[in-house]
Amino acid sequence: MSYNLSHLDQLESEAIYIFREVAAQFEKPVILFSGGKDSITMVHLAKKAFWPAKVPFPLLHIDTGHNFPEALAFRDNLAKKYNVTLDVGLVQDSIDKGTAKEEKGLNPSRNSLQSITLLEKLEEGGYDAAFGGGRRDEEKARAKERFFSHRDDFGQWDPKNQRPELWNLYNGKKAIGESFRIFPISNWTEMDVWQYIKKEKIELPSIYFSHKRSVVNRNGVWIADSPYNTLLDNEKYEERIIRYRTLGCMTITGAIESTASTLDDIIEEVAAARQTERGNRADDKRSEAAMEDRKKQGYF
Amino acid sequence: MSDNKNGYMDMDLLRFTTAGSVDDGKSTLIGRLMYDTKSIFEDQIDAIEQSSQNRGDEHVNLALLTDGLRAEREQGITIDVAYRYFATPKRKFIIADTPGHIQYTRNMVTGASSANLAIILIDARKGVIEQTKRHSFIASLLQIKHVVVCINKMDLVDYSEEVFEKIKKEYLSFEAKLEIPDIRFIPISALHGDNVVDKSKNMDWYQGPTLLWSLENVQVSSDRNLIDGRMPVQWVIRPQSDKYHDFRGFAGLISGGVFRKGEEVVILPSGFTTKIKAIETMNGELQEAYPPMSVAFTLEDEIDISRGDMIAKLNNQPTVGQDIELMVCWLNLTPLKIGGKYIIKHTSNEARCIIKEIRYKVNVNTLEKNENDKNIEVNDIARVLIKSAKPLFYDSYRKNRNTGSIILIDEFSNETVGAGMII
Repeated sequence: MSYNLSHLDQLESEAIYIFREVAAQFEKPVILFSGGKDSITMVHLAKKAFWPAKVPFPLLHIDTGHNFPEALAFRDNLAKKYNVTLDVGLVQDSIDKGTAKEEKGLNPSRNSLQSITLLEKLEEGGYDAAFGGGRRDEEKARAKERFFSHRDDFGQWDPKNQRPELWNLYNGKKAIGESFRIFPISNWTEMDVWQYIKKEKIELPSIYFSHKRSVVNRNGVWIADSPYNTLLDNEKYEERIIRYRTLGCMTITGAIESTASTLDDIIEEVAAARQTERGNRADDKRSEAAMEDRKKQGYF
Repeated sequence: MSDNKNGYMDMDLLRFTTAGSVDDGKSTLIGRLMYDTKSIFEDQIDAIEQSSQNRGDEHVNLALLTDGLRAEREQGITIDVAYRYFATPKRKFIIADTPGHIQYTRNMVTGASSANLAIILIDARKGVIEQTKRHSFIASLLQIKHVVVCINKMDLVDYSEEVFEKIKKEYLSFEAKLEIPDIRFIPISALHGDNVVDKSKNMDWYQGPTLLWSLENVQVSSDRNLIDGRMPVQWVIRPQSDKYHDFRGFAGLISGGVFRKGEEVVILPSGFTTKIKAIETMNGELQEAYPPMSVAFTLEDEIDISRGDMIAKLNNQPTVGQDIELMVCWLNLTPLKIGGKYIIKHTSNEARCIIKEIRYKVNVNTLEKNENDKNIEVNDIARVLIKSAKPLFYDSYRKNRNTGSIILIDEFSNETVGAGMII
């Protein structure tokens, strides 16, 4: 026997270890569920960490109101299938209450407003640790993120003053009002996630696979036809064969033209891709440090 | 790439750390490894080309790829350990990229704690300098078994074999004081790509492998401890369901040794013995479990076991004790206090502890021990004696990195202030 573990087995073991560690160190953890493949993978890992008991945390989805209907249906079904509680925070509620303000202009994004609703929901639920599906390979500000990421009582991240993380000893100690964001799949790459989905036969929303959709090309990005999108004078919807590499608001998540209709096709496509996964996300393109700024404000 | 589709599903994983001083080309080397293995994407290259232009840099500044924080870009420095990922058809790699100047020791110790291998960069024009010794000492202290010394910027010394051999000799003369079983030397030019991914056409005299080949082929699986069976209990799984009414799963990460179904084990601290009834995972029962698997054991007898307890092999048990000798690296701006009380975290266990004595401080540049200097500040390394408020179940760090490592936490600020290796 060589007693070797493949990279996927090692990454899975590390993530399961993190889930168990958080269950032991915190009072009331919650899984932030975006509906995307990374959070679906997280729920699967949580299930494995506590099997045959049920996952000891609820799911929390911050709903911008601009979601793909397929993703919402999938979410409700998943919560039922795994027998977990689903808590939904509506950005619209924050807008109605006056704590969040809709962006001005055409096709406003509610992405930055998510942080406000998230912090409100975390406080309301008394959650002291929130799991996120963030990966360090996704974006440069995330490359320096910890597994256990400390947040002050305003939910803010202080990247210059993070606790060192050594071996597999995680320090979840905090003062009252402070909280943590937890990233169990920090060390996974986009490829690892897809391979793991294939290996574990994890179900995904249909929009990750190739399909025909009415879209408009805006600054090189294919934006879906939806009630939340307003066409400019010179724009027109057209039918294309596309799929999504990431899932976010319908107004800012760009599709890619693709005929990849199976996991094998997608893995091949990811292996050959010359653009990063978030390259089609208008929210990251706003400035060089857009993600860092949103994280400092309490974004996942 | 389709021919590798299944191969990719079952790759090996290597974690390594890179150490170098300012301007020795570390960022260029990482950029080169990622670029030549096609791990950098077009939009990333576009973005850093754009930023380099905005900053008025002469070349595309590959450091911008790793330095993501606003303050880092503004000041042109690296603040923190950054993690980078790339893969070849053979292996997946995780790089802990540690900055060369600010908080050096603290960051390198952090990066090295999870690494199987360290790359140490030497500027061929400068040879072995103080920082080379410091990096090597930390790699040795953290028990990294494989070190690749890359003698970089060979293009600036006319690809001279003589220079390479001289530096190699210099390095080996002080390395005798260290404990690194596997050291390799490679002459490279990160800027031009010599011996990084492709074999150099400029150094016919070098017959050894390239850096990437070494990273792909170094054997690390035997570095794990497969002898001393240890599983710290992390969490007890108690399903509230009819089907699994009597299920008690003791969940944790295998931290040493190979456990088999039916094997006799001892529970610490109680000392009760029992047998492993089953090794459970959601995908089915296993016949054996080994590091670093996360599993759950069910046991033959009903014994009261909770988080912080240790399951070990009956005929091979860890040390049980409260007086513990440590090499500690101090991580916090507030100095270590003799008589100071801290929280010690060790495996899944936690206790209060007191610093009884500081034996000596190590000069990380010369490796000399100073028994008179008891002033332990951030980035210092010292040997200390502590007493914990309850017994811990441990091994020496040399024997087992998982059961031989600890962190110290300040009771008031909750910060992680020290990293310790049990002697």
